[in-house]
Amino acid sequence: MNIVVCLKQIPDLVYIRVKDRKPILEGAPLIFGEMDRNALEEAVRIKEKVEGTKVIAVAMGGAKLKEGIKGVLANGADEAVLLTDPLFANSDTAGTAKALAKAIEKIGGYDLILCGEGSTDNYSGQVGPRLADLLNLPQITYVRKLEINGNKIRAVRNMEESFEVVEAEMPALVAVANEINQPRLALLKDILKAGRKPVKELKTADLGLSGDEVGVKGSVREIISNLAPEQARKQVVFEGDLKDVVENLVNALTKEGVLGR
Amino acid sequence: MAELLVFSEKDDLAFELVSKGKEFSSVFNMKLSAALLGKKIDAKADEYFAYGADRVYIAENPALADFNAESFAEALYQIGQPNDVKILLLPSTKRGKELGPRVAQKLGAGCVTDATSVEVKDGNLLVSRYTLGGNTVAVEMIKTPHKVITVMPKTFELGAKEAKQGEIVKVNLNLKSPRTRIVERQEKVGEKVNLEDAEVLVCIGRGLEKKEDLGIIEQLSKALGAEVGCTKSLCTDYQWLSEDRLVGLSGKKTGPRLVISIGISGQIQYTVGIRDARITVAINKDNQAPIFAMSDYGIVGNLYDIIPLLTERLKNL
Repeated sequence: MNIVVCLKQIPDLVYIRVKDRKPILEGAPLIFGEMDRNALEEAVRIKEKVEGTKVIAVAMGGAKLKEGIKGVLANGADEAVLLTDPLFANSDTAGTAKALAKAIEKIGGYDLILCGEGSTDNYSGQVGPRLADLLNLPQITYVRKLEINGNKIRAVRNMEESFEVVEAEMPALVAVANEINQPRLALLKDILKAGRKPVKELKTADLGLSGDEVGVKGSVREIISNLAPEQARKQVVFEGDLKDVVENLVNALTKEGVLGR
Repeated sequence: MAELLVFSEKDDLAFELVSKGKEFSSVFNMKLSAALLGKKIDAKADEYFAYGADRVYIAENPALADFNAESFAEALYQIGQPNDVKILLLPSTKRGKELGPRVAQKLGAGCVTDATSVEVKDGNLLVSRYTLGGNTVAVEMIKTPHKVITVMPKTFELGAKEAKQGEIVKVNLNLKSPRTRIVERQEKVGEKVNLEDAEVLVCIGRGLEKKEDLGIIEQLSKALGAEVGCTKSLCTDYQWLSEDRLVGLSGKKTGPRLVISIGISGQIQYTVGIRDARITVAINKDNQAPIFAMSDYGIVGNLYDIIPLLTERLKNL
């Protein structure tokens, strides 16, 4: 069986600084989204159980993607398809889903598409459902447990009020939640092997797409502004003898009128 | 006449969207409608009218017996397409959020999920949502003629009910039987907590050394009349507390009058959940922890020394 895993590189959020309310992304290393890595791990775990399974990673991104994808191959993907055409740059979720759908159709012969329930940076959760619609597949989102039995999928979804057990037949798209697994760390031998695994790059033209359909031109939304919310806190820090400190805090909170029921 | 359509699998959330939808539909000169989808729908249409809907679509179909994104997206598409629905408002519940993008794809629509505000400016809808892990708020404008927006619950206030008549339209949909089947629902165990409505919150993070120490946190929260919340590592990694208590980007966005963050460094993934609190307090042993910049009042020190003292003092108020 063939599993396609969709991944996206995002800036490591720990390194993002805010200056004059503007986000500074320079210097933040690119990593794959947390739940994208969960999707990859789940695909590799299925491969370890179901003989003859191939895991194909599909990712869209910039110049650093070729380097980054090595980690994905070291973690167990068998091959990778990269959408690195500069025309793809700054695609929104609609453009990303369109490009992924074309790439996955070109790969063909897939049984299962795995992705994260959202990217760790923007968490819009749109690419999975859009992709499922474009490929005319059933979608199973928020999956915390996944079992494959022959052609059948049994998934446990984490919904607000309950865990929902869902069954479907493949092909299908499954979007995983963070709790589904703990991604492994690659071993040295896997890292060495990764360099020999096939990596294919596809351009817009290879997918029959024009530059107007993806990237900034193909975007269905415009970002008017993107600023850190204004936050004015008093930032009073009490120091000294702990008893006094506690007394000072309680007095301050009493004055603010936030104590009592 | 173009239309603004509201759908939610939960009526109370639909009423919030209808309440605000009234404003948008009047600005854009659209009809305001709502869809009721299901296997057997009770006559709730009157309440939708009372909140301001002009029209309610009722679609009873076996494919809609249980929520599944594929059939529900197709249903909304089949209602939206012939009736010139230009704006579709859904709640940003898990179901709303997986439904919105799929309908948007069918309609050729731009979509924004998890909207925290929607405003009309110069004839355009401006939609705000958190981005970059909660560091920033992006204001987005959907460029396509069709727009789908999933709105965070409680973003819009419930309007007043009025005596109003509307039009009920029964629709026959052409839906295939769902390709996903719900075979079981496992209730989540643990008590129900409602952090969103809590007036006072005590939140605990990795500064707590072991699960047994939750006792001192509970005593403090009892003295304050507070609910206990936590960061992601405590509920997801350590599983010391239930997921209902997770505060932040992947959990609850709270708005208490007072929140005390204990042993929490102040990563944006957490602080986004307490941004709307009136007064914020931090207790942390690291005086460089970013949480202090997000706080009105702070104490630098060992939580194991401070919490019992604070609890005792509060008991004697």
